[in-house]
Amino acid sequence: MTKYALQRVIEAIPLLFLVTLVTYFIMNLAPGGPLSMYLHNPHVTQSQIAVLAKQLGLNEPWYIRYFKWLWALLHGNWGYSYFSGQPVIQLIGQRLPNTLILMGSAFLVSLGLGIPLGIYSATHQYSTFDYTFSFLSFFAWAMPSFFFGLLLQMIFAVKLGWLPVAGMYSEFYPPSFLELLRHLVLPTMVLGLGSLAGWSRFMRSGILEVIRQDYIRTAKAKGLKQRTIILKHALKNALLPIVTIIGMDLPGFFGGAVITEEIFAWPGMGRLFLSALNDRDYPVQMAALLISAALLILGNLLADLAYGLLDPRIQYN
Amino acid sequence: MATLNLPPLDSELITDPLEGSGPSSVRRFWRRFARHRLALVGLSILLILVLVSIFAPFLTSYSPTAPNLTQVLLPPSAAHPLGTDDLGRDVLARLMYGGRISFMVGFFSMIIATSIGVVWGATSGYLGGIWDRLMMRFVDLVMSFPAIFLLLVVLNLTGANASVALMILYLGLFGWTGLSRIVRSQVLSLKTQEYVEAARAQGSGTARILFKHVLPGAMAPVWVSAAFGVAGAMLAEASLDFLGFGLQPQIPSWGNMLDSAESYIVTHPLLILAPGLVITIAVVSINFVGDALRDALDPRSTAGMQRIG
Repeated sequence: MTKYALQRVIEAIPLLFLVTLVTYFIMNLAPGGPLSMYLHNPHVTQSQIAVLAKQLGLNEPWYIRYFKWLWALLHGNWGYSYFSGQPVIQLIGQRLPNTLILMGSAFLVSLGLGIPLGIYSATHQYSTFDYTFSFLSFFAWAMPSFFFGLLLQMIFAVKLGWLPVAGMYSEFYPPSFLELLRHLVLPTMVLGLGSLAGWSRFMRSGILEVIRQDYIRTAKAKGLKQRTIILKHALKNALLPIVTIIGMDLPGFFGGAVITEEIFAWPGMGRLFLSALNDRDYPVQMAALLISAALLILGNLLADLAYGLLDPRIQYN
Repeated sequence: MATLNLPPLDSELITDPLEGSGPSSVRRFWRRFARHRLALVGLSILLILVLVSIFAPFLTSYSPTAPNLTQVLLPPSAAHPLGTDDLGRDVLARLMYGGRISFMVGFFSMIIATSIGVVWGATSGYLGGIWDRLMMRFVDLVMSFPAIFLLLVVLNLTGANASVALMILYLGLFGWTGLSRIVRSQVLSLKTQEYVEAARAQGSGTARILFKHVLPGAMAPVWVSAAFGVAGAMLAEASLDFLGFGLQPQIPSWGNMLDSAESYIVTHPLLILAPGLVITIAVVSINFVGDALRDALDPRSTAGMQRIG
């Protein structure tokens, strides 16, 4: 297992390297380049631009510039925002934790509700609950998350006034954990709804497939209680496909986070990225692309390792 | 991209040992498909939505784009069954014409994504060796980025808002990777079959074997994934519209309608509800159809709608 884990980690490194290369390439397609803001400035002469280009190393071939950029990146020098002048790494440091809070909360809710609901649906197959829940989960999965978000905002924040409309902390109360929770409820529902629907459906079909197997029949024949059979014997095998699906679903979490943060003015990476797009703030865009890809690779790696831990049948060589 | 798939409503794998194969396969396909009642409902709704959007000019006399500033934000009435929007345009007319954009984007970007995915996956699986490794590493690389980030960056690089054709192209170019993996694994298992070896022994060329003999056997998951692909692309387009990086604002798409209605959420909720519900119903209907296709063609497949957000 350790060897397998190490091997997967080592495999991820060239992928990360390629990710930096692609990111660098895309951002160098950007029209104008870093000196474009001086081109129309009458106080900056052509020769001054040439000097600046030389100072910034823009005359060197792209691969030299790429490796210099990568070297700086690895040393924590991610450049400065074109827009605010702040170091990019500082901006990311402020925003990334907020996104992780939102994603973590949605992830826990989807998993914490989705798995029990899926099990209940499976053990009560063809019941009214099963049909209703299945039908609703198709709608939940098909609804655009921003539409769902606007609906929630309209009902729970504007009409009923139970929950804050947007933001992470209130302007009127001192920041506290309780305030954070109150602000988290609606964004969590929006970000988690799709995966809750999908994962519970998967859990349902996983359990249904497992309980037809012989070892479950043996457990039943031994006279074990239904509860013990499901929770002790069936669940572990039925969880396996879920792990894969969670890994595959991670990119959707990033997309969902961008949309959710936009609706609820959540001060995370997604909104930072959107405003960097609007401001043509390339260093920040680049960092957001890199961080999201790195997190995705990490997430998939963790899903693979979890799969390996759960399934003893997998051989590692 | 997230490939979250909803297993069939009735998750039992449907196989009937008495069903033979042969010329009756179309009828057999239809029988299996029709067992999924919701898919028949979905198919009928889709048909209505598509017909209404195609024949929109005959069904409404209002223009979906021309503003009428004397008729701003009217409540529903006989003249305007769903009221008018902030520029005085008939909401129902915009919904009808918006269907053209949404279905067009969904359908054509699916065609692009499916074509690339099939050719890429089949080539990779069939050639094997170093080509397979390189081509699949490329797929890994594309899939390392959350699709929405790439789409947003590329849309932003080519100008603020896209035309319908550009949107179709981008969604197609970023939507094929999952399918290519599925097709590759199908081709890997099919290419060692005896009938393929027989074709090779007869001296058929690589392309001929691949496209005439191997691919037809690998198409079941492709149809399933194509159905879900249409739904995923329609949702993706609406999300990008909503984020302000989608189609040009004057194009009457369902996503743009939602985006421009956001400020009227409290005073005129119908402006949000109408396009939101129509998108949801369209996507649910397509997913039901995809689901039944999976039951009928490829019950073990894990293909599903990809959601970018």
